Amino acid sequence: MSNPFLELQNVKTHFPIERGMIFRKQVGTVKAVDGVSLSLRKGEILGLVGESGCGKSTLGRTILQLIPPTDGTVILEGKNLNRLKGDELRYARADFQMIFQDPYASLNPRMTVYDTLAEAISTHKNVPTGEMPKRVSALLEKVGMSPRFIRKYPHEFSGGQRQRIAIARALAVEPKLIVADEPVSALDVSIQAQIINLLGKLSREMQLTLIFISHDLSVVKHISDRIAVMYLGRIVELGPAAQVFDRPLHPYTKALVSAIPTADLGIGGKSKRIILSGDPPSPINPPSGCPFHPRCPFCDLPRCATIVPKLEPLDDPAQTAACIRLKEIH
Amino acid sequence: MAEGITIQPESAPNAAQDQGASLWKDSWHRLKKNRMAVVGGIILILLFLACTVGLLLANLLGYSHESQNLILGSAAPSWQHWMGTDILGRDLFVRVLYGGRISLMVGICATAVSLIIGVLYGAVSGFLGGKVDSVMMRIVDIMYALPFTIFVILLMVVFGKKLILIFLAIGAVEWLTMARIVRGQVMSLKRQEFIEAAQALGLRKRRIILRHIIPNILGPVIVYATLTVPGVMLLESFISFLGLGVQAPATSWGVLIDEGAKAMEQFPWLLIFPAGALSLALFSLNFLGDGLRDALDVRASKD
Amino acid sequence: MPPLLQVENLHTSFHTRHGIVRAVHDVSFDLEKGETLGIVGESGSGKSVTCYSIMRLIPQPPGRIEKGRAMFGGVDLLSCSEEQLRKIRGKRISMIFQDPMTSLNPYLKVEDQLIEPLLIHEEISHAAAVKRGIEMLDAVGVPASAERIKQYPHQFSGGMRQRVMIAMALITKPDLLIADEPTTALDVTVQAQILDLIKKMQKELGMAVILISHDLGVVSGFCDRVNVMYAGRVVESGTMHDLFQRTKHPYTRALHKSRPVFQPKGTELYTIPGMPPDVSKQIVGCPFAPRCEFAVDYCTREPVLLKEVEPKHTTACLRVQKEGLKL
Repeated sequence: MSNPFLELQNVKTHFPIERGMIFRKQVGTVKAVDGVSLSLRKGEILGLVGESGCGKSTLGRTILQLIPPTDGTVILEGKNLNRLKGDELRYARADFQMIFQDPYASLNPRMTVYDTLAEAISTHKNVPTGEMPKRVSALLEKVGMSPRFIRKYPHEFSGGQRQRIAIARALAVEPKLIVADEPVSALDVSIQAQIINLLGKLSREMQLTLIFISHDLSVVKHISDRIAVMYLGRIVELGPAAQVFDRPLHPYTKALVSAIPTADLGIGGKSKRIILSGDPPSPINPPSGCPFHPRCPFCDLPRCATIVPKLEPLDDPAQTAACIRLKEIH
Repeated sequence: MAEGITIQPESAPNAAQDQGASLWKDSWHRLKKNRMAVVGGIILILLFLACTVGLLLANLLGYSHESQNLILGSAAPSWQHWMGTDILGRDLFVRVLYGGRISLMVGICATAVSLIIGVLYGAVSGFLGGKVDSVMMRIVDIMYALPFTIFVILLMVVFGKKLILIFLAIGAVEWLTMARIVRGQVMSLKRQEFIEAAQALGLRKRRIILRHIIPNILGPVIVYATLTVPGVMLLESFISFLGLGVQAPATSWGVLIDEGAKAMEQFPWLLIFPAGALSLALFSLNFLGDGLRDALDVRASKD
Repeated sequence: MPPLLQVENLHTSFHTRHGIVRAVHDVSFDLEKGETLGIVGESGSGKSVTCYSIMRLIPQPPGRIEKGRAMFGGVDLLSCSEEQLRKIRGKRISMIFQDPMTSLNPYLKVEDQLIEPLLIHEEISHAAAVKRGIEMLDAVGVPASAERIKQYPHQFSGGMRQRVMIAMALITKPDLLIADEPTTALDVTVQAQILDLIKKMQKELGMAVILISHDLGVVSGFCDRVNVMYAGRVVESGTMHDLFQRTKHPYTRALHKSRPVFQPKGTELYTIPGMPPDVSKQIVGCPFAPRCEFAVDYCTREPVLLKEVEPKHTTACLRVQKEGLKL
């Protein structure tokens, strides 16, 4: 196999915490993303799962160069994105786009659907004015909306429709990579399924590489080829979607899987339900060693508090987890 | 707030009505429903017409704000002179119209100056953030600290007493508040996802500010502007009262009120009419401003 | 003995510029002492408005409770005096809200907010109230409660804040707790903790609970009975088991089917075609009919009423009622 389509090498995104009005001094660091390495092939869908504050959204924005990484590199088709500056970066943005969580906030309320999409199209391409309406209509049809809505404003649409428009905007520049940050969590259950189907279909049809960020493992499982589970800025488990879901390796993934509310009665599940104690710790002062050890039911002190675990396979090399007791607990 | 309270009917746009209703149109409908604001707006338009077209007509009919009739002196209102005459026998009605023209002009021009500078300055400062923002806002702080009166006196001393300087002086002070308001709005707007989306698309900063940020903060800006106009008009009468503003024989409402107040006991109409005109304008502006605030509130459009 | 809460023919609407939004349309249900009722539906289905109406927390205007009764301990909550209502609200009926970040006042210490309902509703000294507050925090699993009670809300994490909210709601030992999406704003691993806590407190205090959720999964295994709401109406009501094993309404079935958990990977996810109806328009017949795969011509014509088709299992589906349609 040739070079991967997208490669992250030890990406770190830290935010300084500063105090003081004039003489600002750094009093701490939020390690939102702390050493993430990943590689994706073209057309792959990666589900990125974790709780709030685990750094999944920051990672997504770091990949798209909306937040500069503190360390590490993001390489897209052999091009180091961190090195791009100014206009170079602006032009490169045609290759990677983002879909946001809140369809009520991600569209400019004062622009019609046409204005929004036409702006996106014309950012990276010269399209004759006469041809623009056709292009916009084609985009709307691609996301399953009728072109007759072209003159309408965002507030006249439902959440699901707005999310479709936001997807159309991302597609307008014909990107190769899309990061979707919780694209369905603001939507109703029945609408969620529609958007997930749409994203899956688009990815297949357009050979689009998709990073699908969500806090909900069950949503991610369906659309993704692989799933990466994040905890406190690090990936703790990575593997094929169905495998991660059916046979989670890392204790944290196990807890996440068992926390999915299952609307089934008596089909088991209850007995092996793991309820974690405590809240996710703050990324300002992450625990030493394995970041999960204070909440982990399998924690073995002092080992777990001292050794920083690396992603390792149990048996199948495709599925890896960052737990030093991986072999002992299975 | 729970989802049940902010209930919004999930109405699909229907085919019969494919032309969208922009938030501006929406606001316009709401404004039209506010009776006080509509009345305020109509009064303002009438005042404006009176002070421009009306004044021209009066001049054509031979009334002028300068022509004196010392023999007549201060006469009570009559069919000849609707608002009476002042001590020099000048027709008060024409003088009120003339003064209104200057007062409204000062109000509108100074507000426009403050709007243009303030909005751009605030938007740039808020959008860029970081060190640029700190420096730009410290400049505003320093200018705030300058005593206004001294600033105006200095301007007058250096450049002479010109009407245009009043516009500039007032505009130069009023834009500071505008810039702060705009900056605050931009800071909160900047975190909205559609701004991030515009960045992700690769739009130029200038375009993001002009096309995505400014249209979305115009609501509060317009409201503040309508409330600035009366403030500016009062400021102008204050400067004129100090003798730094409008010079005789030209006049403004502020000057007329000042003169009227001196002769209040013998010739009350000299105070009543200009003060009435000014109050009418201020009330109308405030009602219009209030109406605009309610109409432009985006949250209200979700009801 | 009459049930603890008896809601009859509740109609609530919002009079907006765009017309009358009939948010709740003819909703009736009973709640026994100690029972757990789930109310499930999508946004705009009227599930929250139902409960806010019972508590008379609907902003009026634009909201208006058009008709109906909600009998609680011999008092009609919808028509009683403000004075009577105040004695019940916060004392015998408590409520917890979706967002623990905004439902605590950031300028007041947790202590002051926690014991406020006690000071209002009971003859109790401040010291005794604080003591009860600390006990309550212990009960809901806030560690170091004696120190933490002196802190401000921003010093608590989301899950801890929701625990404080629960402590606040339960401190007067209410007969009924209304929980409006209590876990939606929380992290997945914390959600389970909070649901377990509510369950535990319910057992200890013997109170009835109404749990509002958009997620069938959340209410399953928690509730004795569930009302499924659609377009302001209850379309099906029964035990969890009834709802899943012997579904009697196509909407419940569709909701259940569209949860991604149950769908095999690689296939298209099941979706409900179309969109919820516009409740600002009069709906004739079944509101779900335009999206329903089982709909026949009379579904959009005939009036629909909730009818019992099995013991304690009601549905508003005409075809199930008339033809015994199997879903």
